[in-house]
Amino acid sequence: MGVGITVEHLNAFYGKTQALFDVNITALANHATALIGPSGCGKSTFIRCLNRMHETIPEARVDGKVLIGDLSVYNGTSATQLRRRVGMVFQKANPFPTMSIYDNVAAGLKLNGFRNRKQLDEIVQKSLQSAALWDEVKDSLHKKSGASLSGGQQQRLCIARALAVQPEVLLMDEPCSALDPISTGKIEELIFQLKEQYTIVIVTHNMQQAARVAEFTGFFLLGKMIEFDKTEKIFTNPSDKRTEDYVTGRFG
Amino acid sequence: MSNQALPRPRFNAPEPEPGSKAALKIEARTTPLLQGKVSEVPDVAFGWAMRLCGLAVVALLGLIVYQLVVGSELSWHAFGWKFFGQSDWNPVSDQYGALPFIYGTVVSSLLALVIAVPLSIGVAVFITEMCPIGLRGILSFTTELLAAIPSVVYGLWAIFVMVPILREYVQPFLARTLGWTGLFSGPPYGIGMLAAGVILAIMIIPIISSITREVLIVVPQHQREAVLALGATRWEMIRMGVLRNARAGIVGAIILGLGRALGETMAVTMVIGNRPEIAKSLFAPGYTMASVLANEFTEATGDLYLSALIEIGLALFFVTIVVNALARLMVWSVTRGQPARSIA
Amino acid sequence: MPDTNPNSAAVSAQQVNISPISWRRRVTDHVMTGISVLTVLLVLLPLFAIFAYLVYRGIGSINIAFLTQTPKPVGEPGGGMANAIVGSMVILAIASLLGVPLGIGAGIFLSEYGRNRYGDIVRFVSDVLNGVPSIVIGIVAYGLVVMRQKHFSALAGGVALAIMMIPTIARTTEQMLLLVPQAIREAAYGLGVSRWRTTLSITLRTATSGVITGVMLAFARVAGETAPLLFTAFGNQYWNWKTDQPTAALSLQIFTYAISPFDEWHRQAWAGALVLIILIVGAVAAVRIAVRHGTLAGA
Repeated sequence: MGVGITVEHLNAFYGKTQALFDVNITALANHATALIGPSGCGKSTFIRCLNRMHETIPEARVDGKVLIGDLSVYNGTSATQLRRRVGMVFQKANPFPTMSIYDNVAAGLKLNGFRNRKQLDEIVQKSLQSAALWDEVKDSLHKKSGASLSGGQQQRLCIARALAVQPEVLLMDEPCSALDPISTGKIEELIFQLKEQYTIVIVTHNMQQAARVAEFTGFFLLGKMIEFDKTEKIFTNPSDKRTEDYVTGRFG
Repeated sequence: MSNQALPRPRFNAPEPEPGSKAALKIEARTTPLLQGKVSEVPDVAFGWAMRLCGLAVVALLGLIVYQLVVGSELSWHAFGWKFFGQSDWNPVSDQYGALPFIYGTVVSSLLALVIAVPLSIGVAVFITEMCPIGLRGILSFTTELLAAIPSVVYGLWAIFVMVPILREYVQPFLARTLGWTGLFSGPPYGIGMLAAGVILAIMIIPIISSITREVLIVVPQHQREAVLALGATRWEMIRMGVLRNARAGIVGAIILGLGRALGETMAVTMVIGNRPEIAKSLFAPGYTMASVLANEFTEATGDLYLSALIEIGLALFFVTIVVNALARLMVWSVTRGQPARSIA
Repeated sequence: MPDTNPNSAAVSAQQVNISPISWRRRVTDHVMTGISVLTVLLVLLPLFAIFAYLVYRGIGSINIAFLTQTPKPVGEPGGGMANAIVGSMVILAIASLLGVPLGIGAGIFLSEYGRNRYGDIVRFVSDVLNGVPSIVIGIVAYGLVVMRQKHFSALAGGVALAIMMIPTIARTTEQMLLLVPQAIREAAYGLGVSRWRTTLSITLRTATSGVITGVMLAFARVAGETAPLLFTAFGNQYWNWKTDQPTAALSLQIFTYAISPFDEWHRQAWAGALVLIILIVGAVAAVRIAVRHGTLAGA
């Protein structure tokens, strides 16, 4: 079962520049929450604050509270431990190039000390099935490298890799922006299925995608969360004029 | 409310039936898969171990300087600055002056540059500007191959092949034609300053030419095109559009070659004659700083003798560092910090 | 009709401009091209000459005896360089054991922990160290090891060569690691893999073939070195299996034989030189092949 995410008064800084201003969000368990907004508005920064990935940038700093379930992200645990419960899929698929498909999916487990071969086989198979990739690669699991697949397949491989660790939350940072419509459609279908087991937060450039997959949507502009509500309301009857302008295509 | 400029989005497509193909079975989890607390200790320890390795590199340099300075203290106290100005090198009477070696090092290296620079630049220009594309890889590979030959093998070839040629053909020819300059007088031993200069030249050509090549490649294509558009011949384009722009880098490459020549030991030792004398003629035997170290270090009886040798080592170290630093600055200013090649 | 041929203006200008200057410039162009070709030939000439002589003078003397026997006393024909070949391998093994881990560690530091002022200092020192003459390194190793132990040894030789390997390996490792895209590291961090594990099992693993190439280049460079061994390993005419004795090395043996007055030893020097080159080239080629066979389809 997934867990809910609560964000309170989140401020993020890159050195002296402030990227996020007092963001408050609640993402419900087992639902998909979309984050939309024009380029550079801070949605990627926000999602990376949820699993402390922004800490890989040297000058980054964060203020505020983030709770995943009842676990405080910034006070209660180490970043490494947190990231085993929060999975991430990136904008550009990044499978490990020197590893086979099997090793890619199993990477999160093997590198963290999980050794049971039989269980690994099972988990790899289930993860690839969950990512709708199993049928396409089941004959060349150990022979082909992760990088030899097509773009859409690579991204599904990355999703399988994230799922193998069995996180409770899945963060997706524009997962389909580099993919063709057919692969995008497959992944959107996936998200739909995954909602049953995971809490999903997806950043997307594509408003229609948000409408298709998410129950809740948040609109970001210039580092501030302008409006957060049910997707239906955001798209048909937004409360803020800026939201309305963005959603109807007046800018962005 | 809003205008209907965009088609209305569909919300949350109807969920597929449980029995249909599209429903994927995702099993419920009960406990997190990866148990156990993650300790920060290995990360911290690893970080420090890596930093220690970095520190080791700096410590190495410190170690080198320390050993050289401490080792040469005795000699420094005995002779001071005069050490570098005197030409009397006499282990028997414990009198040490390093001037012959400094002279030999400088002269052999400069001679090497005089021979190597035109050749290196010619090769570099040919490979980058004139060569058909197919040959480029092979030619650059073979010039790099020259860099891979060990110094002692160069020396071996020099003693038994190059020196006889010098002795039989080149030196008599030079004595006949240019003997009036005083640079080519005296008996043509074969062995001597000229031989050292020639073998050094062969050894530093790969470095100068490969750095020059890199510097030439970095010259933007539009510089070449601008000169060509004015109606220049290919050589004029190379001279005005490429070489002129790459000047600083080429000088840097030359200085790097000089740095290499200054420190070169084995091949030079084998053909320079190893006599600590200062002579005008290039036919005469000589001695370089590196060579005297190679020959006499293990024979050094007495602390002052050893200390004098180490002081020569210190001087050699200092000079090559300064020359190399200068060279890198000049090359970097042209290539703008592109990955530094490891100078083999 | 309007003349749309862009070359026609240039052509007509040239037709007008047939003057001695134009002829001279064309000749200069051809002459310079000729000179360039000449320089290439002049440079390639010694390369071929050296390899040719190596084979010509050396191949006849490489036989089982040469490869398995130790040097005979002066004046006697025969004998070999077996002890020198083995000695070189021992010294190189020690040098690699010391130099490769430290070098790769320094490289990891530079790329993963050293994108700052401290890293810049280490980088600068590395480049400085690369330019230190090998004979000076020999002096340092002499002071560090030989003076302390009061005897020459393979260890001292290994230390000297290790000091030469470390800066080279550090810089090439750094460059290879920097080529690994940040996205790969982030993928590992996102899975909850700790930093040290990511650096070793993901980043270093991805850059493996490049790092190994860098190590082999450093290895090939020091394998032929003689100067730093002159007063560390010192050389030995006999087998030596003790750690407190001077050790023979191939490059040292070649040097000693080459400058000796004996024809017999000259002959063996050529053979030794040929063996040295073959061993170096062979080692580099073997590693290249092994690395290539270890990679997956499409990787």
